[in-house]
Amino acid sequence: MMTNHGNRITQGQFSFLPDLTDKQITSQIKYALENGWAVNVEYTDDPHPRNTYWEMFGMPMFDLKDPAGILMEVNECRKTFPNHYVRITAFDATRGWETPRMSYIVNRPEKEPGFRLVRQEREGRCVGYTIIPYATDKPESERYS
Amino acid sequence: MNDANNNLSITGIVDDTEVDLEAEYQSSQVQEVLDKLDQELIGLKPVKTRIREIAALLLVDRLRKQFELLSATPTLHMNFTGNPGTGKTTVAMRMGEILKRLGYVREGHLVTVTRDDLVGQYIGHTAPKTKEVIKKAMGGVLFIDEAYYLYKPENERDYGAESIEILLQVMENNRDDLVVILAGYKDKMDRFYQSNPGMRSRIAHHLDFPDYSQQELLAIAKLMLAEQNYFLSADGEQAFSEYIDIRMTREHFANARSIRNALDRARLRQANRLFANSSKKLKKIDLMTIEAEDIKLSRLFSQEQQDLQNNAIKKE
Repeated sequence: MMTNHGNRITQGQFSFLPDLTDKQITSQIKYALENGWAVNVEYTDDPHPRNTYWEMFGMPMFDLKDPAGILMEVNECRKTFPNHYVRITAFDATRGWETPRMSYIVNRPEKEPGFRLVRQEREGRCVGYTIIPYATDKPESERYS
Repeated sequence: MNDANNNLSITGIVDDTEVDLEAEYQSSQVQEVLDKLDQELIGLKPVKTRIREIAALLLVDRLRKQFELLSATPTLHMNFTGNPGTGKTTVAMRMGEILKRLGYVREGHLVTVTRDDLVGQYIGHTAPKTKEVIKKAMGGVLFIDEAYYLYKPENERDYGAESIEILLQVMENNRDDLVVILAGYKDKMDRFYQSNPGMRSRIAHHLDFPDYSQQELLAIAKLMLAEQNYFLSADGEQAFSEYIDIRMTREHFANARSIRNALDRARLRQANRLFANSSKKLKKIDLMTIEAEDIKLSRLFSQEQQDLQNNAIKKE
């Protein structure tokens, strides 16, 4: 039974929902700004779930009051990297938290090939499992054409 | 649509439906904003008139919305021209709050910049700098002081033109998000607009800040003193009127700023007077009063005497 048609990676918030519209993204950014979190735009073409550190598109924007400016950045990123994964992260710097509080994907490549499961036989017939994204078989600039 | 019989218009609502302007006026609390403006800023008649007109437009817009007669957000970019000290920066600071109350901008904060904040020092530096400033100002008001410095046609290596390009694009495409206010002296701004017709066509409101009259300057002085918990005695008021009369004719007169400087000097002299008379028992009211002698000690009066004497001698 296939529950994830299209192989959309389900990393971050809202990933099981259909793509967020610009209006919905604006209200999410507004929520983050109201709480005083630093909003940052990141992109990558390696969809592996353990790939935590994506490339940053510009510095985190924490001194902005209005989401329109951040949406401008997001659209710039989507235009520059139309075939990469782009996500928005909101970082909470207050004491005791110091962690990202929101993180959701706003752009995906057209086709997401998914992951292959690799089984490795170890001593005593133990099997070690790992997943490797099909996309990373190709070098960086040719992954999603 | 049934045009012949009961005048149903494009939206299907009868054209003769009544509208209640008065009720809308009361509920929008626009009067409060206008009253506050009247009290806190002296003079500035053209500015206040224009703000009143914008407020009227807002009200009519709200009424139209009730009938779903939607229309585009009006262009609100403005240009303030006038001599130094006439209140351009002060009004720009208020404008953000006023437009937010009227519902035309979302946040209403003000970002003040001059050329240095927009133009970079090397190739490729200008665009990110200008974009950062614009991002910060989104949802509010961007106030560009001394805007004519942005464009220096004599220097071909100047990057101000790049900054103007970016501003023009944002002013046109993000009209809902940002209000840009340019300010500067009238003749220099006129020259700036001549060389940048694109900029001129995007500015909807050109406001000229006239010089203050003598009574207005006195009223401003009293307001400034009241804010700092001082007041002029009756003689002091008389003396200050005379001071203003003479000062207005002198060179480098900067309207409200000159008044503020004069008041600071008067406070200095008041402090020294209280110190010199420290033998006398001081009351709280003495700390608050500015007397005529604090004003009369000004160099301006002795200079004026000197000039009158010189003129008299010349005539003889």
